Amino acid sequence: MIKTDVVIIGAGPTGLFCAHQLGIIGLKCEIVDNLNKIGGQCIELYPDKPIYDIPAVPECTGEELTNNLIEQIKPFNFNFHLNDRVQELSNKDDNWIVKTTSGKKFQTPNVVIAGGVGSFEPRKFPTKSAEKFDGTTVLYSVKDKTIFKDKSVAIFGGGDSALDWAIELSNSSKVSLIHRRDEFRGAPASVQKIKELSKKNIINLFTKYSIKDVKGSGTLEEMEIKSEEGESKTIKADYVLGFFGLIMQLGPIADWGLNLDKKTIPVNTENFETNKKGIFAIGDICTYPGKLKLILSGFHEGALAARGCFKYARPNEKYRFEFTTASNTIKDRLGVK
Amino acid sequence: MAKIKYIEHNGKEHVIEVQNGLTVMEGAIQNDIPGIDADCGGSMSCATCHVYVKEGWYDKLPKKEMGEDDMLDQAYEPNSKSRLSCQIMVSDDLDGLSVYMPEKQV
Repeated sequence: MIKTDVVIIGAGPTGLFCAHQLGIIGLKCEIVDNLNKIGGQCIELYPDKPIYDIPAVPECTGEELTNNLIEQIKPFNFNFHLNDRVQELSNKDDNWIVKTTSGKKFQTPNVVIAGGVGSFEPRKFPTKSAEKFDGTTVLYSVKDKTIFKDKSVAIFGGGDSALDWAIELSNSSKVSLIHRRDEFRGAPASVQKIKELSKKNIINLFTKYSIKDVKGSGTLEEMEIKSEEGESKTIKADYVLGFFGLIMQLGPIADWGLNLDKKTIPVNTENFETNKKGIFAIGDICTYPGKLKLILSGFHEGALAARGCFKYARPNEKYRFEFTTASNTIKDRLGVK
Repeated sequence: MAKIKYIEHNGKEHVIEVQNGLTVMEGAIQNDIPGIDADCGGSMSCATCHVYVKEGWYDKLPKKEMGEDDMLDQAYEPNSKSRLSCQIMVSDDLDGLSVYMPEKQV
């Protein structure tokens, strides 16, 4: 059990800056994110897209913004728990017990939800029949590539993940690559390679096809694909891999008894607390009259939520407002002279 | 201004007058039409405002820009009439446009 002042859910820009504000006011926090890297949507959706509305930063990319935020909180040495998702929240006295999917447990008076539009999860096949094979022979990521050796693998998708795995697995498996259109969005060199492998009959390429059905009693045996005109084909497959990108799901947050408005959490605008004491929501996931889904709004919300956390983390102390330019205490915390 | 018909997957129709300059997605969101999520808010990053454009209208719309098809690869059951509604800008020419919502967005 890790005891801390605040658990922040989400390592996007809003969560990172909230961590900074917590560090400034002398609180500790632990940051959990289910992606394997820091940065949230900025890194996952648009690392290379320029952002033009960060105050005093005329132009920066999602990746640059993330790197600067990481740099800014370095002095505080906060822990990140990546590739992990907060699953359960329960109340114990004046604390929250926070449990993650990997089994980590935190005890904290404050939880700050900075979860964007929820957690990123792989988009799955629309076909119902694929569900019973989910996680065994119908997969959305590759953890151990040796299981595919000498097997028939059907790969769906047109991006880099699909192309890279098709190329890689074609060395030791019988690979079929299925994509809904003629064009691929993967790197040009990979597209070229796929076309060569297809010409040499090393990869079976099916474009303008999508999944229709997966078949097999007990284990997966074959799958049916369909063209838009309704023509069907059957291909043998021991494994099916789907690479359709990530979608955002509210996930377990929906089960914590918080008031919800569609996929967002209503908060007050004084300290961004939700209907539950000690649970705050900031950034894209929160809503209030006039809410703007801007990164700069998330920064403001994080700063105020941090002060809200102080009240529960230090019930016997009075919060004192200080400027970073003038306060020696803050300079000590930042490790500057 | 254009009258746009949003048709839910269950067949329920909503006819909305949408201002020029807004997108078909914004017309839906501002009027609480169910069936369009628009998680990313119109930055062409999520494919949750996916619609099927009615036969006959698809070719009349301004063509897809680079990147839209890449995003549509990640939509739920895309077909040759699929568009991201955040990329369809409303103008007088779109008066009478009908779009069908997919069964779900994610």
